[in-house]
Amino acid sequence: MAKLSDATNETLALPGDALREGVVTALREALGAGLIDALIKPNDDIWVRVSADVWQQAGRVLRDTVGCDYFCFISAIDWMPSPFGRSEDDPTAPPPERDTAIKQGYAGGTTRMQVFARVTNLSKHFGVTIKADVPDDAPMIDTWVPVYAGANWHERECHEMFGIGFQGHPDLRNMYLPTDFEGHPLRKDFPLLARMVKPWPGIVDVEPLPGDDSEEGTE
Amino acid sequence: MTDLADRQKLSYIAAQAADARLNVELETEGMTLNIGPQHPATHGTLRIIVRLDGEQVIWAEPSAGYMHRGYEKLTEVRTFPQVTSLVNRIDWLGSFANEVPFILAAEKLMEIEAPPRAQWIRTILFELSRIANVSLFLGDLGVQLGAITPVFMAFRDREYVLNLIESATGGRFHPNFDRIGGLKDDLPEGWITETKQVMKKLRNFCDEIEALLFGNEIFQSRLRGIGVIPADVAKQYGLSGANLRASGVDWDLRRDQQLPLAYDKVDFKVWTHPDGDSFARCWIRLQETREATKIVDQLLDGIPSGPVMAKVPRIIKVPAGEAWVSTENPLGEMGYYVVSKGDLGPFRVKIRSASFNNISIVPWVLRGVYVPDVISILASLYFILGDIDR
Amino acid sequence: MIFAVDLPYWAQSLLRVLGGTVAVLLPAGTIVYLFLFKMMSFMQSRLGPMEAGPYGSMQLFAEVGKWLQKEDIAPARADLRVFRAAPIVVLVSTFLLVAVVPFGPDAYFTNFEAGVFYMLAVSSISTLGILMAGWSSANKYSLLGGLRAAGQLIAYELPMVLAVIGVVIQAGSMNLQTIVLKQNSDSIFGFDGLGYPYILTQFVAFMVFMIAVQAELTQTPFDMPIAESELVSGYMTEYSGFRFLIFFIAEFATAGVFALIASVLFLGGWGVPFAWFGWDAADPGSIDNWMNIGGPLIMFSKMMVLTALIMWVRFSYPRFREDQLQRFAWKVLIPVSLVNIMLTAIFKVAF
Repeated sequence: MAKLSDATNETLALPGDALREGVVTALREALGAGLIDALIKPNDDIWVRVSADVWQQAGRVLRDTVGCDYFCFISAIDWMPSPFGRSEDDPTAPPPERDTAIKQGYAGGTTRMQVFARVTNLSKHFGVTIKADVPDDAPMIDTWVPVYAGANWHERECHEMFGIGFQGHPDLRNMYLPTDFEGHPLRKDFPLLARMVKPWPGIVDVEPLPGDDSEEGTE
Repeated sequence: MTDLADRQKLSYIAAQAADARLNVELETEGMTLNIGPQHPATHGTLRIIVRLDGEQVIWAEPSAGYMHRGYEKLTEVRTFPQVTSLVNRIDWLGSFANEVPFILAAEKLMEIEAPPRAQWIRTILFELSRIANVSLFLGDLGVQLGAITPVFMAFRDREYVLNLIESATGGRFHPNFDRIGGLKDDLPEGWITETKQVMKKLRNFCDEIEALLFGNEIFQSRLRGIGVIPADVAKQYGLSGANLRASGVDWDLRRDQQLPLAYDKVDFKVWTHPDGDSFARCWIRLQETREATKIVDQLLDGIPSGPVMAKVPRIIKVPAGEAWVSTENPLGEMGYYVVSKGDLGPFRVKIRSASFNNISIVPWVLRGVYVPDVISILASLYFILGDIDR
Repeated sequence: MIFAVDLPYWAQSLLRVLGGTVAVLLPAGTIVYLFLFKMMSFMQSRLGPMEAGPYGSMQLFAEVGKWLQKEDIAPARADLRVFRAAPIVVLVSTFLLVAVVPFGPDAYFTNFEAGVFYMLAVSSISTLGILMAGWSSANKYSLLGGLRAAGQLIAYELPMVLAVIGVVIQAGSMNLQTIVLKQNSDSIFGFDGLGYPYILTQFVAFMVFMIAVQAELTQTPFDMPIAESELVSGYMTEYSGFRFLIFFIAEFATAGVFALIASVLFLGGWGVPFAWFGWDAADPGSIDNWMNIGGPLIMFSKMMVLTALIMWVRFSYPRFREDQLQRFAWKVLIPVSLVNIMLTAIFKVAF
């Protein structure tokens, strides 16, 4: 299997997945250094990471060469752990110490936010998850609208929820929120407002979780 | 547009002339009309802004978000089992179907599989939720077009399915029955025979609707040739479910994917239609409902015995990783991209809902159609607000 | 005169006015209760109103009371005089229509020589009222509904007219009373047990007439002007309270009156075949006096049958799109009724 990073701990003993390895090969041939990383789970799924400047070209390669003409979605992941934890903090107590290290997932990453998309090849029955790092200081990336027309709405939603700009998008306005909404809700540093208004009721009256991990049983 | 539109235009000259005289006094650009958010036709609070030239739409834009509940943010503060009950409410008509892809993604990350009995029952409930969802669509289709009677038959027959789901899971609309590793409970006694009876009734209902609605000439002339979506446009926009198959694309996630559900143990037909018009979309949903009843019958005959829950720890911590699972939900392809960091709850969940993509094509498909056709095209695309807005 | 009493003129006029009101409102009320509340409910496998009165029979009175006590709202930018006048115009046309319908040998309001002509002319006054309602509501939905209604109602006037002409040719007169008398006294090929209701020979015209009536009433499948799932209520959207009540009553009253007219033209009106009782059409005095009570009852039952048909189709069919509706009127109904007239004329001369 093709593994360009140690993002996961896959073993080498499994047989290769020629279909998905072919995808990586095609991308590497077309993008060259633009293809930064790839992760294949044999006969299961494939993740690839490309650099931000070949994002649109990668989309075209996927659509035309690899044959993934079905557009599933585009969204983003904010890898920063939430400073609010799970929004269960007791407002009267000082906030606890939290781990703030940004650690990306499959196929690696170097920035806090990553844009990712999923496209499917209907005839060969496989899909590809493609990721790209978005620079932290100026979160912008090219639009996929010329490649897949359906990306229009997904990029609008991504923009309003994460604040990522999509260059070349014909009509980048808010999808769900009012036009004058301030902030980008799905970023981790945007608090869950419901929990700000009224603290999590479990602080006071939740039962402790039953037992611990070593105790096994049904349900 | 085709010459069909030209002929329609010619035969409408009288009203156009009258409207032109009015437009001179009102606005010359065409009339802007708000369909919704409070409107009998839209399935919930969807607002569509159309700009009309007489009765023809020159520009249309849906404005969603009246029901945005912030699911993706909410999942970040929930534990994995809690997300199940949250996620029921995305597509509230076929609600068991919303839980399944999420549970499957979590099970994929944990690298466990539900026992066979649980997989079969999951599939049965999945198909039942499909029947519940689409039978309401069939009734509502009549209402959108003016036939007010079939919807009562739809509700009456849907009650049987909801009673089944309630007797098995405890909830008619929001069962909250799936658990990581299996199901909450086993099926009650007599449920299997009862379900077989109900499937017969549902097949009768499908025949009734086919005769009453689909055989009606007015129905056909309202829907045939309206809102044609070619296959490549459908794929570009990510249309799924019956909408995609109506454009001739043979893609069904039940057949074309390996998931730990019992679909590979049954025979079923995947219906496609070459036309891509509104009639094709509605017709395919009717056939799929019948097909779903047959799937349930086959499944009921062969449920394996055994436990319904795998051995999972009491407190579930899903190992770090990312997983994408999508299933053929009643509305289309619904998928969850779950990112876990080894915690009690997910780190990020991206919910890919079918109706979001299905409605993103509305600006494209509504150009040049008449106002009544706006309603019939929206009816045939079939969305649920909770699915669009999450 | 029903009674052998000489009533002074003012009493006669009062009787006529009361009779006219009853003739319009009683069918409306019965139709609303029986068909809209009960028949529709049973067809949809539900019970309908059951609370108000035994089996919900007082529901209509409850509804009338509810509508009457509502606030009188008009949109701020509406043209108030036209807005207020529109429902009255629509209801007035129904009352005008019922003026020429004969209910019995002597029970009629006027014995108008050009009854058919008058009836067809007056039935289009409601179009005016609908247009007024649509325009004055200052609401885009109402405007759309009003425009659609205008096109539809004008388009379906013609099939109605042409369908009726066949009957007029057969009867040889435009007087509705004469048409009734002829239907009940003529014989079919010498067999006079059935009279000669024109539905037998004018079946095509009957179908065309009923379809045109369905369109004139803006009932499904021709209810584009009110298309509920698109335009909320079309031209009636901004109306509430008493004014909506008038529209509501007018819709069902007109359905009843058109059914009365259809039964006069095609089903033999207030009569039973005269041969059963040995009456003679040429001598009106030979018809028994009790027919003046029986006539209205017979008319009522024939009207109920036809209205049941109209309502049944209403609850079952989806609606046409506006251009399909127009195409149907101009390209199908009008040629069919023209051919019908031609054939009627030929056969009238031949036989």
